[in-house]
Amino acid sequence: MEDFLLWLGLPEVSDFLTELGVSDGIAQVSELLIYGSFDTIYMVLVATFISIVLGVPLGVLLLVTSKGYFWYSPRFYSVLGAIVNALRSIPFIILMVAIIPFTKLLVGSSIGTTAAIVPLTVSTVPFLGRLVETSLRTVSYGLIEAAQSMGATPFKIITRVLLPEALPELVQNFTLTLIVIIGSSAMAGTIGGGGLGDIAIRYGYQRFQAEIMLATVIILVVMVQLAQWIGDRVTAKVDHR
Amino acid sequence: MIKLTGIHKTYVLDSGEEVKALRGIDLEIKEGEIFGVIGLSGAGKSTLIRLINMLERPTSGTVEVNGVELTSLNEGRLREERSKIGMIFQQFNLLSSLTVAQNVAFPFTLGSKKLPKNEIKKRVTRLLSMVGLEDKAEVYPAQLSGGQKQRVGIARALATEPKILLCDEATSALDPKTTASILKLLTDLRDRLGLTLVIITHQMEVIKECCDRVAVLDGGVISELAPTLEIFSNPKKDLTKRLVASAVRRDIQDLMEHTRFHKDYESGDGLIVELLFLGDKANDPVIVEVAEKTHAGISIIGGSINHIKKVPLGILVVRIQGDLETIQRALSELESRVLRVTVYGYNGARERD
Repeated sequence: MEDFLLWLGLPEVSDFLTELGVSDGIAQVSELLIYGSFDTIYMVLVATFISIVLGVPLGVLLLVTSKGYFWYSPRFYSVLGAIVNALRSIPFIILMVAIIPFTKLLVGSSIGTTAAIVPLTVSTVPFLGRLVETSLRTVSYGLIEAAQSMGATPFKIITRVLLPEALPELVQNFTLTLIVIIGSSAMAGTIGGGGLGDIAIRYGYQRFQAEIMLATVIILVVMVQLAQWIGDRVTAKVDHR
Repeated sequence: MIKLTGIHKTYVLDSGEEVKALRGIDLEIKEGEIFGVIGLSGAGKSTLIRLINMLERPTSGTVEVNGVELTSLNEGRLREERSKIGMIFQQFNLLSSLTVAQNVAFPFTLGSKKLPKNEIKKRVTRLLSMVGLEDKAEVYPAQLSGGQKQRVGIARALATEPKILLCDEATSALDPKTTASILKLLTDLRDRLGLTLVIITHQMEVIKECCDRVAVLDGGVISELAPTLEIFSNPKKDLTKRLVASAVRRDIQDLMEHTRFHKDYESGDGLIVELLFLGDKANDPVIVEVAEKTHAGISIIGGSINHIKKVPLGILVVRIQGDLETIQRALSELESRVLRVTVYGYNGARERD
């Protein structure tokens, strides 16, 4: 992460701002917020990406093993469903602490932005899995039947019918997931996860610098708005109904 | 071409309750024929048509299509055979995420054997022109009317050049005019491509328009099976009679329900009879001839002419007046000239509704 920022030339932000005549204090704070924003963006994008990679197959599996679908298996569906529900019912802040050993195993540390990606993903995958299941359920069963009548295999039905037909809903749900992760990532700050949440806690809460707290909130609001706007645009683009 | 033998289909509900959708179907559908299956909802029509391409497996019995016994095939071989049977649906079931051309090309993306791109393109163009939608290739289904959507459905179903086309309530979501145009298209395609069509419907109009033979499905069994004309002109079972009545003589039915009859002749009464004409006879001046010959007064009080696959089927309800002897003579004269005479009874002039 630091290397990436170095490459972007960001470490000179404060120097650059001071040269422009900005007061030293403001230059320092700006640098802090810009770093924090990049940390958050990094965490959120990577966690969202992994969540989609894992959450979509999970959602597909939930759907096709549920009643009325081609791999209907009541036992498999209820066991998988129970695991998903259990994970979803754990508050993020508890989950984050609880899976520290797992996080350490995976990334070698439990502190920092990269480490925060692990609990973010673990908490989001079951959430997105359910959303994907619900999205795919909106695809009329008649379409599956039509594909079957043409000799489609279950795999082709998933990749050629279910996923493309549910794409507008899926994009909406990916957007929702991204926004939920932005919120959770701020919470990851409380245990040293880095990013804007971390800054808000350390400067805004512990050092009573309300203006820094306010600045982080504004940045988070802008991020959420932007994510929703992009999500809506993409949805409109892929929706031909 | 299609042979169903001893088919039973039983569904077991979550409650453990058994629903017998089909109980003992034996049916043979010939090559090149348009075969209609009619029944009320819940009669098992949908189950029956889904058995032909094995979207539903029978509980017992065998399904044979193109000389292959589908019931004995594994999933892989079954998929291969399925792609030789086209199917169209009431809700069209087009993919909203694909354009019309992509929808028609969809079956090619499923198979293991890939066709070259330009070959697919050529075929899609040909299929679209066959259903009259050349200019809609790049449009998404959402922008099409119901009739156009079904035309896309037909083009898609025919993409893999099947010999059989299954139509599951294919016109039930369409208005009468569009229904007629789709049925005409299906009939043309049968004539041109030598397709065998199986049409499932609850609309007698569909049967009337294009089917060669009809099976009436009632409570999971075939209650009556006959050529269409025969079903319309001489229905035997109650359900068939009701279905025919609803299609060809709804007005007459209403008229008769509001008229009172009595059995014995009284002076001044007229005899109300229903005459059934078939084919060219429907155009003959039978009434006038009989009236002239017997000097009976014959007035028409209701009637309709329906075309069953272009053969006219006429129904006339007439009042025959005169003395008893004249009425009897007119009646027997009519009986010798028309397909069937049904006597309702006498009806006094003042009681006329």
